[in-house]
Amino acid sequence: MSKITIPLGPQHPALKEPENFMLVLEGEQISGATVNLGYNHRGMEKAAEERTYIQDLYLLERVCGICSHSHTTCYITNVEELAKCETPKRALAIRTLVAELERVHSHLLWLGVAGYEMGFETLFMYTWRDREQVLDCLELISGNRVHYSINTIGGVRRDITAEQKAEVLKRIDYLAERTNYYIRLATEEATVLARTQNVGKLPYDVAIERGAIGPTARASGVARDVRKNEPYLTYSELDFKLITADSCDVFGRLVVRALELVESYKIIRQVLNNLPEGPTAVKVPMRIPAGEAVNRYEAPRGEDIHYLKSNGTDKPERVKVRAPTLANLQSVAYMLEGGWLADVPLVIAAIDPCMSCTDRAVVWDPKKGRKQTYGWEDLRKMAIEQYRRRGVDFTRL
Amino acid sequence: MKKPARVFSEVVKHLFKKPATCAYPFEPARIMPHFRGRIAFEQDKCIGCQMCVRVCPSKAIEIVLSADQPPAPAPVEGQPAGPAKKKFDCIMKLDHCVFCAQCVETCPKKALIMTQDFELAHVNRKELRRHYK
Amino acid sequence: MEAIIPLAKIILFPGFLFLAVYGLFLQWVDRKLCAVMQNRMGPPWFQPAADFIKLLAKEVIVPDAAEAAMFRVLPFFAMAAVMTALVAIPVGSSALFSFQGDLVAVIYLLTIPTVTFFLAGWSSTSPYATVGSMRVLTQLFAYEVPLMLALIGPAILAGSWNISEIAAFFSAHPALIPAQLLGFAAALIALQGKLERLPFDIPHAKNEIVGGQFTEYSGRLLDFFLLAVDMELVVGAALLNAVFLGGALGLTGAAAIAVFLAKTLVITFLLALLKVLMARIRIEQMINFCWKYLAPIAMAQVVCDILLKAKIG
Repeated sequence: MSKITIPLGPQHPALKEPENFMLVLEGEQISGATVNLGYNHRGMEKAAEERTYIQDLYLLERVCGICSHSHTTCYITNVEELAKCETPKRALAIRTLVAELERVHSHLLWLGVAGYEMGFETLFMYTWRDREQVLDCLELISGNRVHYSINTIGGVRRDITAEQKAEVLKRIDYLAERTNYYIRLATEEATVLARTQNVGKLPYDVAIERGAIGPTARASGVARDVRKNEPYLTYSELDFKLITADSCDVFGRLVVRALELVESYKIIRQVLNNLPEGPTAVKVPMRIPAGEAVNRYEAPRGEDIHYLKSNGTDKPERVKVRAPTLANLQSVAYMLEGGWLADVPLVIAAIDPCMSCTDRAVVWDPKKGRKQTYGWEDLRKMAIEQYRRRGVDFTRL
Repeated sequence: MKKPARVFSEVVKHLFKKPATCAYPFEPARIMPHFRGRIAFEQDKCIGCQMCVRVCPSKAIEIVLSADQPPAPAPVEGQPAGPAKKKFDCIMKLDHCVFCAQCVETCPKKALIMTQDFELAHVNRKELRRHYK
Repeated sequence: MEAIIPLAKIILFPGFLFLAVYGLFLQWVDRKLCAVMQNRMGPPWFQPAADFIKLLAKEVIVPDAAEAAMFRVLPFFAMAAVMTALVAIPVGSSALFSFQGDLVAVIYLLTIPTVTFFLAGWSSTSPYATVGSMRVLTQLFAYEVPLMLALIGPAILAGSWNISEIAAFFSAHPALIPAQLLGFAAALIALQGKLERLPFDIPHAKNEIVGGQFTEYSGRLLDFFLLAVDMELVVGAALLNAVFLGGALGLTGAAAIAVFLAKTLVITFLLALLKVLMARIRIEQMINFCWKYLAPIAMAQVVCDILLKAKIG
């Protein structure tokens, strides 16, 4: 059968963000896939260098619409580490609470998207309806549904009152009941099983080799979770399980996310019932002492890494974000090959991609099967060469 | 354990339920108390310190001198004539604003106030440049 | 005067105009039912008509690489085939024009839209449309046989290949209607495949291949294709009603039309229910399902009907 190449994206109904996958099709089966990044580069890291630490907070929050709290918390942990500030216990607990609410909102969103991508619109509508409950909780606590802006340097901006606590607990009870229903639905409905089982296989060793993280890795049996491996915020005091699955397919990823929801409800209840007393924020001077810091954070999609370099002024010298999707995209090409065209949207959605977080400079050529990383010198050389062709000489800089 | 049409009972139940969605522009949307909406300005409190201008992450605020300034206060006996209290206007560019309300927290005189007003869409971009007097 | 009445019947009722209006209405019913079952509000009653008028006003773009003549004429072919099929199916008490063997003719006529979908995708030559049109044809081979087998059962029982006579037979023997349940279920599921609705909307699965066979279509031409699909829903529901549920049940006049509307609405409800209950399946799963389960079920109905026929005599 003749081969045809189909572009999936950058504009495609299955992708919410611009990204391109070139699929080589033999009939309905895929014999090769290429991932092309870079349609949504926004220059955020550079912009962060031009703003003060407190302004960066609101900039980095907009790296991603869904894991906005993850990025700011990771960034702010770096800042507080450099400023050597004692963040109050209560602030850390509130950050944990928002982080888990965010995970609930993200995983419910994913469940709906997965339903939509496999054409199960009823599941999509029901989960998104129930997701409104957790968005309401976040709006109640922080004042906004998506960009919570609850973090500030040295603590959190809003305290939690007794009424808010009662309201959140009430909604979490409802969500816990609904989630149990969705778990039963997704693991018993015949068409869902037909569409997810043995689809997008990612065996354990390939997951390790390609550096998969988050629920994608955990569904391949890799027990890796920053909350357990290197506890931050108040996670070391909380009781929750690390969820893994061994089926290595989309179904496993679905199960992992659904069971993680249940664990998140457990964490939210624990945090709310044991909120430490005390202030919610401490004063931190505008200027942050010089130094470097790296922190890891378990975002809903996986491990998020932030690097921060300070030069002693009120603006950072360098901010580097490694969003989780970038690490998982390497696995997508592997998962797509040999699969069906019909499974492509689902396989891509199964890593819960967040493309605009991801777009940074990385060159990866799956056709030749090798990764190419450009060092600073190479990039500089290439840039100089590029500008020389346009008639500008930067050699002396 | 495979069960075809597992969602059947739920679907049939919803035939007799009210929809969860609402006809938004025709019905009011519900928002939570303390929702972060449009920032309002109280002129008599502003001292023109420009703290909000400096802290704003999206450069959405401008504090300028008002066109009409109040007259200098009548000199009090035995004291040197004090300068007039200046009046300031706030230009809020709603197309820049990210509604983080950091300016509200930063303002030392609480001259900026967060409102719950969120219906700010407009067909004319100029209308988004609010001039508070 | 004698010439005008049949012409009016063809153009107004139960012909073209009724078919178009009722098709748009059933589309709304279907959308509204799905919305309610998914706990949404759903569109207002005039939405399908508004969509239809809006698309009429849009620009028609014919891709350079497409075969222009073919590309332009196919939507009308699809619509004409569906409209012709209705002529033989009784809407009220009797069909507009019926003859011995019209059941086979209607099955043929209902295959034509599917073939035009294939040709539409093929002649637009874009990758998504090509994949979509291949899926249309693959799917046709999956559901067509179960649908035909399911329709043959009642025909054998009634001993006639005339749709109106089959309907009349079941009106006379209403006790035999429940015995057709298996065949009815098989035909309903196959009809869902024919109409390319969830879980069988594989040829134009939007998450996978955007618009499938209709990707390159726009404006008026797309509008007529969509109208043809709506009309196909009416014709399909009417066909199932006549063959399995006894048509007008021996009533005449306005009562017969009321019974027709009620029963097609019930069939639309069942089709909408199928749509919300399941996830879209893959094309090879669809073929497996149709040949492994659907065709044997339809076959069992045929055997059952042959036995029944022997018993009745």
